[in-house]
Amino acid sequence: MTRFFPYPFLSAFLLGMWLLLNQSLSPGHVLLGCIVGIAGSLAISTLQIPTGRVHRPLAMLRLAFIVLFDIIRSNIAVTRIILSPSRTAQSGFLSVNLDLRNEYALAILACMLTSTPGTVWVNFDSRKGVLLLHVLDLVDEQTWIDLIKTRYERLLMEIFE
Amino acid sequence: MTIPSDLPAWVAILTSVLVLLGAGLTLIGVIGLLRLKTFYARVHAPTLGTTLGIGCVLLASMLYFSAVESRPVLHEILIAIFVTITTPISLMLLVSAALRRDWTEGDPSVPRPPDLPSGDETP
Repeated sequence: MTRFFPYPFLSAFLLGMWLLLNQSLSPGHVLLGCIVGIAGSLAISTLQIPTGRVHRPLAMLRLAFIVLFDIIRSNIAVTRIILSPSRTAQSGFLSVNLDLRNEYALAILACMLTSTPGTVWVNFDSRKGVLLLHVLDLVDEQTWIDLIKTRYERLLMEIFE
Repeated sequence: MTIPSDLPAWVAILTSVLVLLGAGLTLIGVIGLLRLKTFYARVHAPTLGTTLGIGCVLLASMLYFSAVESRPVLHEILIAIFVTITTPISLMLLVSAALRRDWTEGDPSVPRPPDLPSGDETP
């Protein structure tokens, strides 16, 4: 099995992408999509990327909803900051000590934080585990640290470690 | 582009609301890019357009074409996936580049770099 499916998630994603692009569920396209999926993941396997393991897929779904909710909420918050003429945002840098070490989890955290308006992932010191963030509305540092530690990091550790 | 006359009113209204909302959010993001003062603050503004802004426009597109062609049109999901993956990466690269520059110039408003042994530039 692992010979043909070194990266099962990638194969499934490529199959889904193929079917969506062709907007068809006909057997011919399913077959072609399977070939694309297997060929794609075999091609990627020559790079020898370490495989990750998702322990709790349901927690992943919960994380997706949390992130969606937070993105909507911070869109409103950032809109308010930009449009209010008087308010000058107290933006600044913030350091957070992370216990998370899994590379995939860190990559997901980086994408989550950066795509959420109001927070940008700046740097990660992998030796000390210190994450440097830039926050647009840095009124209360502890609230942001708690948000990342309890809302995101704990869930990501449950999923990947 | 011609709009079919038998398009249900609720589809037309919802589509226009979603398109206007998405375009409005993207516009606000652009205004933010102009109004915010520092480089690091400016990076935050375009993410309005790349998250909820594009989300609203894609939802409108899915709704409109599903109604017009009377079958589910879902391939906009791919645009959402690729924008969600690629935008943070380019923003992170821009911020990293700015940070490296500020570290070399010794800008006092930026946190000091972690002490790296013998100039080892591992990120």
